[in-house]
Amino acid sequence: MAEPMKIRATLQGDTADIKVLMNHVMETGQRKDAKTGQVIPAHFIQHVSATVNGKTVLDAQWGAAISKNPYLGFRVKGVKAGDKVVINWEDNKGDKNTAEAAVS
Amino acid sequence: MNQFRRTFLKGAGATGTVAVAIAAGLLKPSQVLAAEWNKTAFEAKSVSDALKSMGASAPVDSKDIAIKAPDIAENGAVVPIEVTSKIAGTTSIAILAEKNATPMVADFVLSNGAEGYVSTRIKMGTTSLIRAVVKAGGKTYTAAKEVKVTIGGCGG
Repeated sequence: MAEPMKIRATLQGDTADIKVLMNHVMETGQRKDAKTGQVIPAHFIQHVSATVNGKTVLDAQWGAAISKNPYLGFRVKGVKAGDKVVINWEDNKGDKNTAEAAVS
Repeated sequence: MNQFRRTFLKGAGATGTVAVAIAAGLLKPSQVLAAEWNKTAFEAKSVSDALKSMGASAPVDSKDIAIKAPDIAENGAVVPIEVTSKIAGTTSIAILAEKNATPMVADFVLSNGAEGYVSTRIKMGTTSLIRAVVKAGGKTYTAAKEVKVTIGGCGG
């Protein structure tokens, strides 16, 4: 869960197309451990935020139904090459991760 | 080191300081998170309850919301969904999988130039309508697309 996120931010005119690949188990809390029969507790990203040059552009709330190793794509207008994109996430256990990339 | 201290330290380490601090009442969750995670919406067992918890009780059908998703999902654990809203002033896009045990999947709030577009991959338990709910200009709109699932992705 501490593995780095991959961010790709490419410019198409004045719109940045931003793709993020995160590392997270996104456990729903519905699966049972095959050996012990115990339910594997829910462990999933609940909050994701994205900023461009410090301004929030995306603020998302997620449930456990987002797939494992989440993929997120979104677009922002009025962006220039070199603008800084920062992605933050926080999960239901309070674990966090952050990464940044420049728009190219 | 006595056994009690070992267990305590192990427990504290495993839970994480933020969670322990919240439990101890030292750090309110609202100080850490931008907006409280909408537990009621994410635990709602019906689409109508989820929509009510999101403040989106009576969305109007809109042809300006496009949902791109496979007609048949090869793997219910990883279903790619793209929602594009052409409605002016789109401020948020929510995704629901109507037949999942808890239909609410995600809610994306957009601002400062973010376009009405989100793309992600979701888990679907069974064949179901994927519903997008868009808030724009103070009103709520919706569209849905059926995705057939052969192997359910929730592990149940």
